Amino acid sequence: MAMINIKIEGISYQVEEGLTILEAAKKCGYEIPSLCAFNHGECNQGSCRVCLVEATGARGLVASCVYPVAEGMEIKISSPAATAARRQSVELLLSNHNMNCQQCDKNGKCELLHVAYVTGAREGAFQGVHSETHLDTVAPGLVRDTSKCILCGRCIERCKNAHGLGILGFENRGFNTFVSPAENRSFADSPCIQCGQCVNVCPTGALMEHSEIDKIDAAFAAGKTVIAQAAPAVRAALGEEFGYPIGTPVTGKMAAAMRRLGFTRVYDVNFGADLTIMEEGTELLGRLTNGGTLPMITSCSPGWINYAEYNYGDLLPHLSSCKSPHQMQGAIIKSYWAEQNGIDPKDIFVVSVMPCTAKKFEKEREQEKVNGIPDVDAVITTRELARMIKRSGILFERLPDEDWDQDIMGDYTGAGVIFGVTGGVMEAALRTVYFKLTGKESEPIEFTAVRGHDAGIREASIDINGTTVNVAIASGMKSAKVLLDEIREGKSKYQFIEIMGCPGGCINGGGQPYVRPCFLPNESDDILDTYKEKRAQALYTEDEKQTLRQSHNNPQIIELYEKFLGEPNSHKAHELLHTSYAAREGFNDIK
Amino acid sequence: MAKLNAAAAAKIEEICARYTDEKTPLMMILSDIQNEYGYIPLEVQELVSQKTGISVAEIYGVVTFYSFFSLEPKGKYVIGCCLGTACYVKGAQNVIDKFSELLKIKPGETSEDGLFTLDALRCIGACGIAPAVSINGKVYPKVEVGQVAGIIDSYRKEAAV
Repeated sequence: MAMINIKIEGISYQVEEGLTILEAAKKCGYEIPSLCAFNHGECNQGSCRVCLVEATGARGLVASCVYPVAEGMEIKISSPAATAARRQSVELLLSNHNMNCQQCDKNGKCELLHVAYVTGAREGAFQGVHSETHLDTVAPGLVRDTSKCILCGRCIERCKNAHGLGILGFENRGFNTFVSPAENRSFADSPCIQCGQCVNVCPTGALMEHSEIDKIDAAFAAGKTVIAQAAPAVRAALGEEFGYPIGTPVTGKMAAAMRRLGFTRVYDVNFGADLTIMEEGTELLGRLTNGGTLPMITSCSPGWINYAEYNYGDLLPHLSSCKSPHQMQGAIIKSYWAEQNGIDPKDIFVVSVMPCTAKKFEKEREQEKVNGIPDVDAVITTRELARMIKRSGILFERLPDEDWDQDIMGDYTGAGVIFGVTGGVMEAALRTVYFKLTGKESEPIEFTAVRGHDAGIREASIDINGTTVNVAIASGMKSAKVLLDEIREGKSKYQFIEIMGCPGGCINGGGQPYVRPCFLPNESDDILDTYKEKRAQALYTEDEKQTLRQSHNNPQIIELYEKFLGEPNSHKAHELLHTSYAAREGFNDIK
Repeated sequence: MAKLNAAAAAKIEEICARYTDEKTPLMMILSDIQNEYGYIPLEVQELVSQKTGISVAEIYGVVTFYSFFSLEPKGKYVIGCCLGTACYVKGAQNVIDKFSELLKIKPGETSEDGLFTLDALRCIGACGIAPAVSINGKVYPKVEVGQVAGIIDSYRKEAAV
């Protein structure tokens, strides 16, 4: 890349040609206040006008997020005109903003408030009418409140980039513009998969997860036996909410914190992940030997399930009938655990802590109930768990590392841990399938060919005792679509496919802590490119530390089958641990 | 999608096929559909989305951005009340409010019987006869609130014949 000479505040720098002023300034050590721009180009519509600077050769002030640097350009960030203009841009945004900040769940994480602070913008500088508010609280996973929307378009771009979907768009024009699914529908009445990627990029509280903390409070108040279980990916990111560097696993402190929140038991969904592998691995072997529908596709990700039901109703027989790990574990808690502890399942309230907003939808499905009793009663995100810990005054960093509760479902293996990253379910399944086919453990244990931490498709051919198993992995629906269209056209060469809804898998789920450079002064400039890899590494490291690394070697799983389920895919296992799918119309109530 | 009849679906597909070589075909497709049917409902947008790969939300955004496009079928009689400056100062707001009240529809809406659509127009260039109302091309000059009921009635009678 050719280098060019620029000056910022009169000081000379050499920067790469082709960068925007915002990017070039960052490399030179200046963080120009900005709002709508995100992730070097993923979203830069230049719409918010917060990043205005003076630049020679330009007429008037320019939006630095879209204006490229040029040879000899002199840039002024701190000139009176530029600082006043940036402040005014923010004041104009505030003039049409719902300022009930103390009631906003984005409090403390709001980028609009951040730029208001750094630019010195004041509420009430411009008085006037507000745009009409549109509030969607119908979908179990997501809430949309246009009174807090600044029309930056990040959510629209993220939905397109991650999934090729474009559920959200700008509606109407001028002062009446708002962002919504077509027809101003609820997320629930559109083909939205409720993955929450849009929430992960929204700078304000316009898009949020549908909080369920109140439900948990009510369950405690009603005297229920409240049991909590946390997904693998949560441990790789929860620490970020308490100031730990991205990629710091906090498993022990998380267990300790959850115990101090008063749950009767705290469990790791890794046990459920091991159980999933037993069921799914057996299902795969059955399909391979009995001429079943292939390729078989994993079913752990409810965002992916939503996508399949909306868009590929004809391919649903390819999906594994296995419930996702937390649903399986919930079903076991309300049957086996309830039986062992002499508690009526109706009095048990299961809380899942998930990196995911689509899980909030999943737990509501009719197919995720046993005898009318839901497997899981409430799903909270990693972010919501952090809030519960903070409101209880627990000083997270001072907590000791504790174990999960060890009765019945305390054991887990490294195979369960890696469920949280794209390729992890595949690798965990391969470890067990290899053993089932050969009678011995794979050497090495790892199947690194299926590993990764980003969107895109990976494929591998695994030789097991002379049998070649062709596998593929995709995360994000844009990638998944390629594999699905191949199946539809009869061209798929795979036997087993893993699909995760969010790019990178659960570590990058829509319920994970926000990664916003403006709030992460100690992370590197490229953190938006590297955080997925760092979180994934946290899980792989935990896998390596486990003495047991294959699901079939989990002693409590073995015991569960001996004492309760019989064998994988048994009648009882099917009753409790398997589910069904049905094609759905995206815009189902069109007149 | 089931709601769209086969003939309409085939027509929409044919319209989409006209512009497969265009880099940005959406405006042309939507214009042709608007001209053909007078409106572009969501199920039509879904089909256009399938054919072009452009998301429904984006198409919906374009349809709602331009006032030329309509989401609803228009009534048999389209009542355009001019709210341009001259008409406005001559009391056009009261006139359109009266139409609204009697037809029980807001500007932009169509009456349940499908007879009337009420539109608020900006200057139609008839300032000398303000406030002006245009119904299917026929212009009514210096309309007073008291005349509105009679105008509506005349079209109801015409439609009943």
